[in-house]
Amino acid sequence: MACLCVGKCFNSVEWREMEMEMELQNLLSDLQSLTNLSLPDPSLHAPLRKIQSRVDHIANLAKAEPVRRSKVKDMSAEVVDSNPYSRLMALQRMGIVENYERIREFSVAIVGIGGVGSVAAEMLTRCGIGRLLLYDYDKVELANMNRLFFRPDQVGMTKTDAAVQTLSDINPDVVLESYTLNITTVDGFETYMSSLKNKSFCPNKQGSGVDLVLSCVDNYEARMAVNQACNELSQTWLESGVSEDAVSGHIQLLIPGETACFACAPPLVVASGVDERTLKREGVCAASLPTTMGVVAGLLVQNTLKFLLGFGQVSPYLGYNSLKDFFPTMQMKPNPQCSNVACLKRQEEYILAKPARDAAAKAEMEAEAPSTEEGPLHQDNEWNISVVDDCELDGPDTRSSDVLPEGLTHELPTADEFKNALTSEAPTNDNDDLEDLRRQLEAINSA
Amino acid sequence: MKSEPRLGVAWVRSREREMEGWDPNTKSTLTQIPLLTTKAGPRDGAAWTQRLKEEYKSLIAYTQMNKSNDNDWFRISAANAEGTRWTGKCWYVYNLLKYEFDLQFDIPVTYPSTAPELELPQLDGKTQKMYRGGKICLTVHFKPLWAKNCPRFGIAHALCLGLAPWLAAEVPILVDSGMIKHKDDATTSTESS
Repeated sequence: MACLCVGKCFNSVEWREMEMEMELQNLLSDLQSLTNLSLPDPSLHAPLRKIQSRVDHIANLAKAEPVRRSKVKDMSAEVVDSNPYSRLMALQRMGIVENYERIREFSVAIVGIGGVGSVAAEMLTRCGIGRLLLYDYDKVELANMNRLFFRPDQVGMTKTDAAVQTLSDINPDVVLESYTLNITTVDGFETYMSSLKNKSFCPNKQGSGVDLVLSCVDNYEARMAVNQACNELSQTWLESGVSEDAVSGHIQLLIPGETACFACAPPLVVASGVDERTLKREGVCAASLPTTMGVVAGLLVQNTLKFLLGFGQVSPYLGYNSLKDFFPTMQMKPNPQCSNVACLKRQEEYILAKPARDAAAKAEMEAEAPSTEEGPLHQDNEWNISVVDDCELDGPDTRSSDVLPEGLTHELPTADEFKNALTSEAPTNDNDDLEDLRRQLEAINSA
Repeated sequence: MKSEPRLGVAWVRSREREMEGWDPNTKSTLTQIPLLTTKAGPRDGAAWTQRLKEEYKSLIAYTQMNKSNDNDWFRISAANAEGTRWTGKCWYVYNLLKYEFDLQFDIPVTYPSTAPELELPQLDGKTQKMYRGGKICLTVHFKPLWAKNCPRFGIAHALCLGLAPWLAAEVPILVDSGMIKHKDDATTSTESS
């Protein structure tokens, strides 16, 4: 199922070009044989020569193929028109990026090659990313043409194949892997997981085989599948989305165990039950704009570059409200009662690693500022003011917030109690046989 | 069973609140479909087998209930041994004519956190209330309900609260607009009734 598209596939346009060339050749040889005949009327020679030169001219025009650049071995900072990376390497000279060429070591997986994913893929390709893994099961449609990237002549191709076709032309240095599959099905998910784990591109890399996963899907089920895979693999990922009314969007950084996972905070529709039209997806008449999708793709890839190349700050959450040009940011801690088991495991690991993390942070701080004075800033501390770490989890506040004012009770049990209730009930059903139940249903079905 | 009353009361009350706006028939049917308890998906091994047993039990009860109420409207059975793909039929009676459709769906890897995406492939492209591949739109009327009741809702609940209202809303429109024809319409000229 996983197609490693490195070979050249011909599309309809290329076939037409080849056919045209053949026809021109035939026309030329027909003309040649005509002039070779000793024509009775010498006045015909001049117009024949004229026709011949015109056909020659057309043949030359058709032969002029689009220029395809060859691969580049090393990224050069040399400022010449023929260097595809000179403007990117200049980021080093400007003091923004320490070592831009590292980008060739990175692998990024993009799930969903639609309005946001395809543009993000093009941006990363033009930046010279090492490897891109592309996942989608859809085909290009004319209804997609209000967005960027895909062209009308690609209608009918799978989005992954069409993307590989365009991207490999833009930058042949990028290793492209395309996976035409649905990650929410059991088989698709299996292939997806093993493709993320594959380390053949960079064998001595820590963790999984990719550096970042970008979720550019348009529905809740697929986001939950990306979330599941990343929680299990402890893989950092960036989520992106554009609202159904096409005027707002967001990106979110998800580090398993450290920040909220996608299942930690249920979407607004589930939590509030008020506005249930916010998470609808494409197909049921959702609106879309190339502008909003372009902005979100830009924010997504900008943060991808910051994350990979280690410059600036990666936003934990960045919203985009285009009606008011408002960009809210916020941070979400993981939910200790998250329904995702893998998320809870990552949270536990993260809490256990806190002492080591603190020590590392302290060491780094000391290394950065060895000259600063260690003594107290103020000799007299009249009010006994002291600085405490507000990241401490086990403060007295977390307990007191559980206590309700007099007269109020919780209607629903807490998550822990609920879990116990479930496990105590489960074993009572164990003596049933699956085959037996299957037969029972079949019997009722055929009755 | 020990903790059931307390939990049950709290849940039934909250469920009643969110079921406002549903017709009394659907409500009373729903309360009779056995609830599920095991939260497990197709990748969870033995726990999935347990979940599958619960799915069968609630489907058996629901089908039986429909038959005894003279409201039989679907057939569904697992299409593979793992119980991750289901196929069958569903039908809807409109103006005394029965319209029948193929029904199929996969159990997603993130089940039961996410509901199965019910597909009616024969209606693909015939209505706007559908995603590519014939997946019916459940976003507004069903998904929030499913998420709130995870893991107690199963396939039977998805059919009762997801597919049944969809058919009731869409089939009349599809028939009236001429998008679908009754299977006898094409053959009435050759067949004598």
